Amino acid sequence: MGHVRFTANLQRHLACPPRSHAGGTLRQALDGVFAENPRLRSYILDEQGRLRRHVIIYVNERPLVDRLALSDPIDVSDEVFVFQALSGG
Amino acid sequence: MSDVLRIATRKGLFTARRRRDGWQLEAPAFLGQPVSALLHDRRDGALYAALNLGHFGVKLHRSDDAGAQWQELPAPAFPPAAEAATAPSVQLIWTLAAGAPGQPGRLWAGTLPGALFRSDDKGEHWQLNESFWAVPERAQWFGGGYDVPGIHSILLDPRDAEAMTLGVSCGGVWLTGDGGASWRLGGQGLRAAYLPPELAGQPQTQDPHRLAVPAAAPDRLWCQHHNGMFISDDRGDSFREIAPPAPSAFGFAVVAHPQRADTAWFVPAVKDECRVPVDGRLVVLRSDDGGRSFASFGAGLPQRNCYDLIYRHALDVDGEGRRLAMGSTTGNLWLSEDGGETWQGLDAHLPPIAQVAFD
Repeated sequence: MGHVRFTANLQRHLACPPRSHAGGTLRQALDGVFAENPRLRSYILDEQGRLRRHVIIYVNERPLVDRLALSDPIDVSDEVFVFQALSGG
Repeated sequence: MSDVLRIATRKGLFTARRRRDGWQLEAPAFLGQPVSALLHDRRDGALYAALNLGHFGVKLHRSDDAGAQWQELPAPAFPPAAEAATAPSVQLIWTLAAGAPGQPGRLWAGTLPGALFRSDDKGEHWQLNESFWAVPERAQWFGGGYDVPGIHSILLDPRDAEAMTLGVSCGGVWLTGDGGASWRLGGQGLRAAYLPPELAGQPQTQDPHRLAVPAAAPDRLWCQHHNGMFISDDRGDSFREIAPPAPSAFGFAVVAHPQRADTAWFVPAVKDECRVPVDGRLVVLRSDDGGRSFASFGAGLPQRNCYDLIYRHALDVDGEGRRLAMGSTTGNLWLSEDGGETWQGLDAHLPPIAQVAFD
């Protein structure tokens, strides 16, 4: 089973340990994490549900495509990495 | 006089405290995180700090124990919209203001883009002021220093809990008399030198860099505008221009004496793309006669090779009108104990300073 993993730089703001996901879409995987950790949501998404401008998500070695709706399909075994983009430094 | 000064910087929230042997800087809160606005709510002592985390968005924190511990609150946010691609999101909390004494828990937040938010429970929940978001003149606003317009000044009328004046860069001066249910555009008499001449007097595209009101004379408003200094005697409905003082009428910061309507302080700079002290000398201007004349004070401030700029929220005066603090983009922090006539440096190595505020 794959996991959603978060950049270590988020850990100084709030705890966000890796969490397994059940596949589907990136949105569904993240919603599963936010259901358990609601405070994390505003760090990753803006109030319109869009991926924050300076956050990037990789599915295995692939950057996501749909920053707006997070509709990228993911397999149940995929590893999802949530990073801060260098652009926001 | 207040013996506690808060300093919001690009790398954290600092506190300077006056002790028997002088002012001392304490370890910062939010080290490494940009603090865009802070508020000390005199009604209940609560402190609020707005953060602009470059990657992870706008955040808001409150301390109920004078800064010892902080609790994250939901930040002001726009309601979800059907058209997510073009829907607004809060990019920066630019200013925070406490509600009237009879409205405990009420807070106001001015943001980029130029929206006003209200909380009635000490920041636990926020609501967009829809009527201000819907003013039709908004279509003509534009950014001033930022890509989008923003609200930087929220002035309450101590006589009337429902009356408020807003300053918007670049969207003019706005007033409400009904707690924000409806808004009228003020700013008649302001002049925009950056617009075509026939539009210079258009109130909805003025750039009032900062508005300041004397607590004891709330009809009086001082305005440091993009291309001049202005004064109002009707809370911002109309202004008259102050004759440009030496060395410059350009700047960002202005504060008003809490009791004396005719006294205010400005920090001049070279207009307007350059934005450094004139001739490398940093001075503070004070008028004691309603803007008819100004005295220039530089004692204790760098008088050569100085390139410090004072942002619009980075000058403050305490409740008695004698003690002032001033922080710069270069990380210098100065304090005056004599109404701005002489200054002492408290620190020269802070991160760029967005705001200073006495408790």
